[in-house]
Amino acid sequence: MAWFFGKQGANPMADRLYDVIVIGGGNAGLCAALTASEAGASVLLLESAPREWRGGNSQHTRNLRCMHDAPQDVLTDSYPEEEYWQDLKKVTGGITSENLARLAIRDSSRCRDWMRRHGVRFQPSLSGTLQLSRTNAFFLGGGKALVNAYYRSAEHSGVDIRYEAPVDRLELDDGRFVAARLGGDRIEAKACVLACGGFESNREWMRAAWGQVGGEWVADNFLIRGTRFNMGVLLKFLIDAGADAVGDPTQSHCVAIDARAPLYDGGICTRVDSVSLGIVVNKRAERFYDEGEDFWPKRYAIWGRLVAGQPGQIAYSLIDAKAIGRFMPPVFPPFEAQTLPELACKLGLDESALTRTVDGFNTACRGGSFDHTALDDCATSGLAPPKTHWARPLDTTPYYAYPLRPGITFTYLGVKVNERSAVHFSGRPSPNLFAAGEIMAGNVLGKGYTAGVGMTIGTAFGRIAGAQAAAAVLQGKLRANA
Amino acid sequence: MSAGPAEDAVAEVARQLQICNACRYCEGFCAVFPAMTRRLEFGKAEVDYLANLCHNCGACLHACQYAPPHEFAVNVPQAMARVRLHTYSDYAWPPALGRLYKNSGLTLALALATGLALFLALALALNGSLWQRAPAGNFYRVFPHNLMVSMFAPVFGFALLALSLGVRRFWRDISPADRALDAPRAAAAEATRDALALKYLDGGHGEGCNEADDRFTLSRRRLHHFTFYGFMLCFASTSVATIYHYLFGWHAPYDLTSLPVLLGTAGGIGLLIGPAGLLWLNLGRHRLHGDAAQQPMDRGFIALLLLTSASGLALLAWRDSGAMALLLELHLAAVMALFLTLPYGKFAHGVYRAAALLKWAIEKRQPSRLQLGSE
Repeated sequence: MAWFFGKQGANPMADRLYDVIVIGGGNAGLCAALTASEAGASVLLLESAPREWRGGNSQHTRNLRCMHDAPQDVLTDSYPEEEYWQDLKKVTGGITSENLARLAIRDSSRCRDWMRRHGVRFQPSLSGTLQLSRTNAFFLGGGKALVNAYYRSAEHSGVDIRYEAPVDRLELDDGRFVAARLGGDRIEAKACVLACGGFESNREWMRAAWGQVGGEWVADNFLIRGTRFNMGVLLKFLIDAGADAVGDPTQSHCVAIDARAPLYDGGICTRVDSVSLGIVVNKRAERFYDEGEDFWPKRYAIWGRLVAGQPGQIAYSLIDAKAIGRFMPPVFPPFEAQTLPELACKLGLDESALTRTVDGFNTACRGGSFDHTALDDCATSGLAPPKTHWARPLDTTPYYAYPLRPGITFTYLGVKVNERSAVHFSGRPSPNLFAAGEIMAGNVLGKGYTAGVGMTIGTAFGRIAGAQAAAAVLQGKLRANA
Repeated sequence: MSAGPAEDAVAEVARQLQICNACRYCEGFCAVFPAMTRRLEFGKAEVDYLANLCHNCGACLHACQYAPPHEFAVNVPQAMARVRLHTYSDYAWPPALGRLYKNSGLTLALALATGLALFLALALALNGSLWQRAPAGNFYRVFPHNLMVSMFAPVFGFALLALSLGVRRFWRDISPADRALDAPRAAAAEATRDALALKYLDGGHGEGCNEADDRFTLSRRRLHHFTFYGFMLCFASTSVATIYHYLFGWHAPYDLTSLPVLLGTAGGIGLLIGPAGLLWLNLGRHRLHGDAAQQPMDRGFIALLLLTSASGLALLAWRDSGAMALLLELHLAAVMALFLTLPYGKFAHGVYRAAALLKWAIEKRQPSRLQLGSE
C-alpha cells in the first residue's frame, strides 16, 4: 500500500541536498533563510523548538532600532547614523566593533521595506513608550506576529522547515562546514548559517559563568525572560572546535524583573517600572544605587546587573501611594502594607533596618517641584548613594513593594565574525559557515543594551549571512562548472 | 468559591487583561487594547464593555507570546467570547428569557417547530390543504395580508423592544457618565462607520482577520457584509412593499422587475452567500478561537438565516407552481423563528457591539485619566 500512503516514516527532507541550511528559527535565522532563498538557494531551516514555541527570543521582541534621516511612516523626526553609533558606543562603554556596528546601523535604515515585503507590519510606538517614537519602529502585534509573518513567507517561498530539530554538532573540515548532525541524522549542505541564539537557557553554563558567592550559585537566582531553547549547544561546540570567541560569558541583556516571573518566557510583561518613583533596597533593606539617575527607559537595562550584584540576587522596589497610576502597570500585584514594619514583614526584611533606610531617605529629600516627565530638581542631599531626581519622601500610605530579580534576555558570549558574517577560526574566516543574531551579537554588544538593537543586529546580520551563504553556494557551483 | 460562571468568566478576562496591560503589543490590532490601556482595573462593567468591543478576529491570539501552551494561558478572544454570552443573557429582557441563550440550539429548534406548526395548521384550517396553486403566485390567497401583518408585526415589535431594553441597561452599566443620545456627532458617526464597515475585522493593517491559522484574510469581513447587507435589503424590500400596500394600494404579488422583488432577490442572494460562507469559515476556525460552547448558537443562527433566504428565493422561483403554498409556509415559519429568536440568539451581538463601539468612540475623544509617565 506504500504507493497509496507514501513511504511510512520517511522524511522527504532528509533525502535532499540543500544549498543552505539555517540552524535556528528566530528573527536572524528567518532573515537568513528568506534572503538565501531570494538569492536562489534551496534552504532548509532547522528550529529546535516545537512549532508552538518557535521563534526563540524574537517572539518576545517588539521593535527595531532604526536609523533614519527624516520622519518615516511610524518614526518621528530623525535618528542619524552618527547619533545611533554614539548611543551604542555609550551603552557598551566602547566594547564594540565600530565597523560591524555601523554595518548594522546602516542596514536598519533600509531593511524595513524588505521586512514589509515578507509580511511584517509596523505601528507607531505603543502607549507608554513615547520616548522610543523617534528611534524604534514597533512591530504591529509584536515579535510573534513578525515571526509568524516570516514563517508564512518562508513556507510560501519554498523554504523547508523542520521543528523539534535541535542540531547537536557540526561536521567541519578545517573551518569549512560539511554537515549538521541531529542525533542519528546527518544533513549535508553547501553552506550553513548559525542563528541559534545565546546560552542563557542553559542553567549549568550560567552557573559556571557566574560562579558561587557564599556557597550559593549566583545564576540560580536568575530568571530567563525568553526562550527555554537557547542551550548554547552549538556555541559551545564551535568554541571547542576552535572558532574564535568574543565577549564575556557574564555579560548579557539583563533587566530587573518581577521575582515572581516564570523561569522562562516571562517576556515584556514581567518588567517593573516603579524604580525611579521610589527607592530600591536589597535583602539587608539597604539602598545600593541612585534610583533617579536618569529616565527609567534609559536605565532599565542596567538594573538587572545591579540586582545580580546584591546578596541573594534580590531587591525590592518600594513606593508609596503617591506613585500609583504613574508607571506602567506591572503584571503581578504589589505587596501592600499600611506601615513599614508590616511591609518589611511581608517581604521578609528586617523591620528596623527598613524603617531606618526609609527614614534616612525621607530626611535627605530636599523638596523641589516633582515632575516625572522631566529630570526634575527633587534630589537627596547627604545620602549615599544619592537619589538625584524624583526624590520624594515615602510618607503616604499604603506602601507598596515589588520584588526584583535579574532577568536575562540574552547572553553576549558569541563567535567572532567579520563584515560578511563569516565565523572565524584562528583568525581565518570560514568560506561557508556564517553566524547571525544572538550567537554573534557580542561582536557589537560587549556590554549594556539599548532598546531594539538586538533586532537590528539580528535583521542586519541575518540578511548578510543569508546573502553570503547563497553567494558561497554560487561560487562553489561556478568553480565546479569551470 | 461561590462565584457563578458569569463571575468566573469576568474574573478570567480581568486576569488576562492584567497581563495584556503590562505588555500592550496588540494595541494596533483593534480598539480593545487602546481602551484597556485607559484602565488599571477590570471590574464587571469594564469587562462587559471590552468583551463586546472585541470582534473575535483572532489576531491577538496568534500574536500572543503568552498564548497556550505558555503557563499564562492568555487567549483573549476566547475569554471575551465567554463573557459575551453572559452579557447577552444577563441583559436580556424580560430577564427570565435570558437563559434561552444558554440553550440556543434548543431555542432555535423550538422556535422553528413552533413556526412550522403554526403555519401548517393555519394553512390547513384556512384552505384545507398544504399544497395550493394560486393565480399569479398570489400568496395572499393562502394567508390574507392582514393576517400576516397581525402575526409578524407584534413579534417583530417585541423583538425590537426586548433588544432596546437590554442594550439600554447594558449602556447604563458600562457608561454611567455618558448618555448615548448625547454622544458628540463625530463619535456617533465614527461608531456607525466602524459598525457598518466592520472596521475591527481588518486586523489594523487592512489585511483582515484570522480564521484557520495565523494568515490574515478578508473573507469573514466580506461574508459578514453579504449577510448583513443581504438582511438589510430583504428588510428594505418588505418596507417598500408595505409602502406600496398602504400608501398606493398596490398589492402583492409584484412583478419580477418591481422594486420589492429586485431588493428581495438581491438581499436573498446576499443572505445565501454570506451565511453559507460564514458557516464554512466557522467549521474551519482555529480550535482556540472563540468559545466552542457557543457553536450551536453561531451555527444555528447561520442555518436559520440560510433557511430564510433559501425558502424565500424558492418561493419566488416556484410561486406559480403547486408547491407555492408549502414553500410559503416554510418561509414564513423560518421568518417567524428568526423574529422570535432575534433578542435571544446570535443576532444580539450586533446590538451590543454597536453600543460598545459608540462607547469607544466617545471615550477616545476624552483625555485619559491615567498618567503613567512618558505617555
